[in-house]
Amino acid sequence: MADTMQFDLVSPERKLASVKATAVKIPGTEGDLTAMPGHAPVITTLRPGVLSVEGPEGTQDYVVSGGFAEISAESTSVLAERAIPRGEVSKEFLDELRAEAEARHEAAEDHEKDITSKALSDLAHLAEDMV
Amino acid sequence: MPSLKDLKNRIDSVKSTRKITKAMQMVAAAKLRRAQEAAEAARPYAERFNAVMAGLAGSAQELGQGPKLLTGTGKDDVQLLVVMTSEKGLCGGFNTSIVRLVRYQIEKLRGEGKTVKILTVGKKGREQLKRDYADLFVGHIDLSEVKRIGYANAQDIAKDVLARFDAGEFDVAKIYYSKFESVISQKPQELQVIPAKFEGEAAEATTSNLYDYEPDEEAILADLLPKSVATQIFAGLLENGASEQGARMTAMDNATRNAGDMIDRLTIEYNRSRQAVITNELIEIISGAEAL
Repeated sequence: MADTMQFDLVSPERKLASVKATAVKIPGTEGDLTAMPGHAPVITTLRPGVLSVEGPEGTQDYVVSGGFAEISAESTSVLAERAIPRGEVSKEFLDELRAEAEARHEAAEDHEKDITSKALSDLAHLAEDMV
Repeated sequence: MPSLKDLKNRIDSVKSTRKITKAMQMVAAAKLRRAQEAAEAARPYAERFNAVMAGLAGSAQELGQGPKLLTGTGKDDVQLLVVMTSEKGLCGGFNTSIVRLVRYQIEKLRGEGKTVKILTVGKKGREQLKRDYADLFVGHIDLSEVKRIGYANAQDIAKDVLARFDAGEFDVAKIYYSKFESVISQKPQELQVIPAKFEGEAAEATTSNLYDYEPDEEAILADLLPKSVATQIFAGLLENGASEQGARMTAMDNATRNAGDMIDRLTIEYNRSRQAVITNELIEIISGAEAL
């Protein structure tokens, strides 16, 4: 079994990363998961959070929101609506994400409230992490 | 016959026009490169997205159920046409050719007894369609303040369209934009976004079964379908951006060449009239001398 796999991170506007990775930690909607080479094929949606990529050249962190990850034995592709390297995350960016999540929470119907409120608390955690 | 002064003025004015069109052509060329890069950068996302969606949609269709965005409302009586054109003119037949396709479709749909609604993105298409179809307009999205089209713009448009769909305002949504083929060729396109259609469905459907889905397929589909509308609109906007600049570049190139031809013609005319004046004066002097 190969010890690395192809990892791609793309947002609608650009390709952020296309590297060899040994492990990718993905913030899935139903919990974090770590994809390593040889992982069973999975498609999962993302929640706002930190995606970290471990590769031969070290670890890279990105903040992602919205979209999905496609994991197979040889490759992992993450398609995120928003994705930026962790180093470039600004307060404005987080505020923007939160404003969006709040708007969605307001607009959501009752049976969806638990999902949207979870997204809100995810963001709060994320913001704490960043400080 | 215009006087020498008139001709001189006209030559000067055509020369400054040529300078302007030349500058616009160069600006369009620079913008075209940027627009093409943006379209290029967006392609991997759109392609992957569509591949996964095709797989998901394929298996959902096998089950014979799915969200309304995928299966439609079961009717196609009310159609929403999202017409994407440019904010600025001076780009040859770019806007006209999109509008021509839309007009043709409107007439065809009306002939079939369907109700048509129009949502325009970009000022130029709105101006052209407003003349004949003002009563069909349901909205307009203004991008004239936007310098660089971002995904957020596409999301806004998608949100507008989806809200109307949820409100039951239409059954089918199609977007119209121009596909960039080369600097001299841009083809107006029609793309149906609601209910969603994905290319290569049959081929992808078989591979999709290999994947586990988390959460389940239906939830993923419900989450991703609205995003797929935004993605398709975004791709359309970017194609349109590149097409617009390409069309403008060609139009301005032609204008510059025309101005050059005109200057040549006017210069010849100017020289001839000047020569005529000189000859005239010579004749007057000679006949005056002979008369003495």
